[in-house]
Amino acid sequence: MNIIVCIKQVPNTTDVRIDPVTNTLIREGVESVINPFDAYAIEEAVRLKERCGGKVTVLTMGPPQAENALREAISLGCDEAVLVSDRKFAGSDTWATSYTLAAAIRKIGDFDVILCGKQASDGDTAQVGPGISAHLDIPQVTYVKKIEEISAEKAKVERMTEEGYDVVETPLPCLFTVVKELNTPRMPSLKGMMRAKSAKPLKWTAEDIEADPAALGLDGSPTRVIKIFTPEARKGGEMLKGDTADIAAELAELLKDVVI
Amino acid sequence: MDYLLTEQQVMIRDLARKIAEEKIRPVAAHYDETEEFAWPIMKILADSDLFGVYLPEQYGGLGGGILDMCLVTEELSKACGGIALGYAGTGLGTLPILLHGSDEQKKKYLPDIAAGKKLAAFCITEAEAGSDAGSIKTTARKEGDKYILNGTKQWITNAGEAEIYTVIASTDKSKGVRGASAFIVEKGTKGMEFGKKEKKLGIRASATREVIFTDCEIPAANLISREGMGFIIAMKTFDCSRPGVAAQAVGIAQGSLDHALEYARTRVQFGQSISGFQAIQHMLADMGTQVEAARALVYATARMVDSGAKSVAKESAMAKLFASDVAMKVTTDAVQIFGGYGYMRDYPVEKYMRDAKITQIYEGTSQIQRNVIAANMIKESIKK
Repeated sequence: MNIIVCIKQVPNTTDVRIDPVTNTLIREGVESVINPFDAYAIEEAVRLKERCGGKVTVLTMGPPQAENALREAISLGCDEAVLVSDRKFAGSDTWATSYTLAAAIRKIGDFDVILCGKQASDGDTAQVGPGISAHLDIPQVTYVKKIEEISAEKAKVERMTEEGYDVVETPLPCLFTVVKELNTPRMPSLKGMMRAKSAKPLKWTAEDIEADPAALGLDGSPTRVIKIFTPEARKGGEMLKGDTADIAAELAELLKDVVI
Repeated sequence: MDYLLTEQQVMIRDLARKIAEEKIRPVAAHYDETEEFAWPIMKILADSDLFGVYLPEQYGGLGGGILDMCLVTEELSKACGGIALGYAGTGLGTLPILLHGSDEQKKKYLPDIAAGKKLAAFCITEAEAGSDAGSIKTTARKEGDKYILNGTKQWITNAGEAEIYTVIASTDKSKGVRGASAFIVEKGTKGMEFGKKEKKLGIRASATREVIFTDCEIPAANLISREGMGFIIAMKTFDCSRPGVAAQAVGIAQGSLDHALEYARTRVQFGQSISGFQAIQHMLADMGTQVEAARALVYATARMVDSGAKSVAKESAMAKLFASDVAMKVTTDAVQIFGGYGYMRDYPVEKYMRDAKITQIYEGTSQIQRNVIAANMIKESIKK
């Protein structure tokens, strides 16, 4: 079974600052890590390999330093790594990013499963995974919390919903985006870390993946960011006082105002 | 302090630290309370390749030395000295094979130990043979191509959990310590049983049991080196393992100091953080200095062992003596800084104090270490 994991290098902070002029994330001085949700995708890919055999290729699009994230993925059990990196990719929105990654996946060629984290902790869009499947014209299942059964032709997975979960059967190849309920990522191994140190990730440019130049980067991105702002913090709730009957009645009135 | 570790050693230390922080620290109190053996943690250490850091590459290890093992033991002990002992005790049980085993014995046993698939244990102590290790009563009688073991080993770390046991037994009582020999016994061998689990003051996550041999037959090929080498093998083993106990002591001391520092900064009395009081500051300064001095001695000793130095008995004894005394002092002071809270089991520091005590006792009490140190000093002086 050939498995591809798509990962993103993100700033290691929950307190991301925004450049007020360009409306983009300030990345200077912030340590970069593998997007936390992608860690579950890596773990599941390695477990699938251990279960079914085959190999895991980890893929990322990003600046040259994204190679560090690929090396970490190798230390966690991935076999091969591909970095697609080109100045032409700068400013890509989710459409252009998923187009680019899909082109890289076509060049990798043979695959049965693509795994992605459900969303990245910096952009939070949750669009790139589904976008890749659309560009490749293969099925997708998002928010996967368990891979119940998997064979060469099909898979049965549990997909998390707000109320519970769906059980979905899908033919392969298929793209899954995953949630943290899927597994507990393992610690890196020393032998994996040493393999990672000497590993040489493949580096592909726009030309290498035979992408349409008009579909890349800022120019290829239909999205325009007009403004990014921090929403006002939610105000504290109101505590109702009195005996239970009074509180219930008051609460009912308040809810009527809100809902109706 | 920068100890100029190699890139690989930094990698080993950082990974052990990460596992200690993320996986051991959250469960340390649980295992202390329940006295269960922390198998889930052993599995993590195994999968991370940490069991093999000091073993040769040809047997599946990473080719490092005693310093590498000390780095792991220290980091794990910062979070829990008891859980760390599952790791360090395996090192102790493995050293006789690593140092004196034949190539066949190494090929047979070391790869599974390096992969963490099997833990090991070392069996020398008996009820009547503690510091006086030469007076062991367990016997190994040769019959054809077998040895038959009889006797009871006491307070054996990892007993019951480990798969591989290195056992010191007498093959010729008339020769005293020169009649002792070392053997490898696999768990499950007929005639080998385990006593009840001991209840201990500290390191409660570590399993301590009797190992009882009753007409226990093992292949003659399980003899390590040759008959009569048992006591020498045990002493050479301790020369290499004592820096590991010392590293455990450094880790326990550092772990309690980290808690004490954090607490001193946040605890407010008389309207200010208690870290503002010189009485507390001087305690912290002494603790920090003592821990660093102990670490420096341990690392220097481990490096000396790894350099292949011929005799390291004195230095190893010094490292263990000093570091274990530091651990006892620093953990006691950490409880003092916490005051009443420190005495409560809801807070983490009293456990460090309980865990520290064993480092002054096992693998030779502090008094035995002093005997070793003085004997070597005098011997060196005569040679001059």
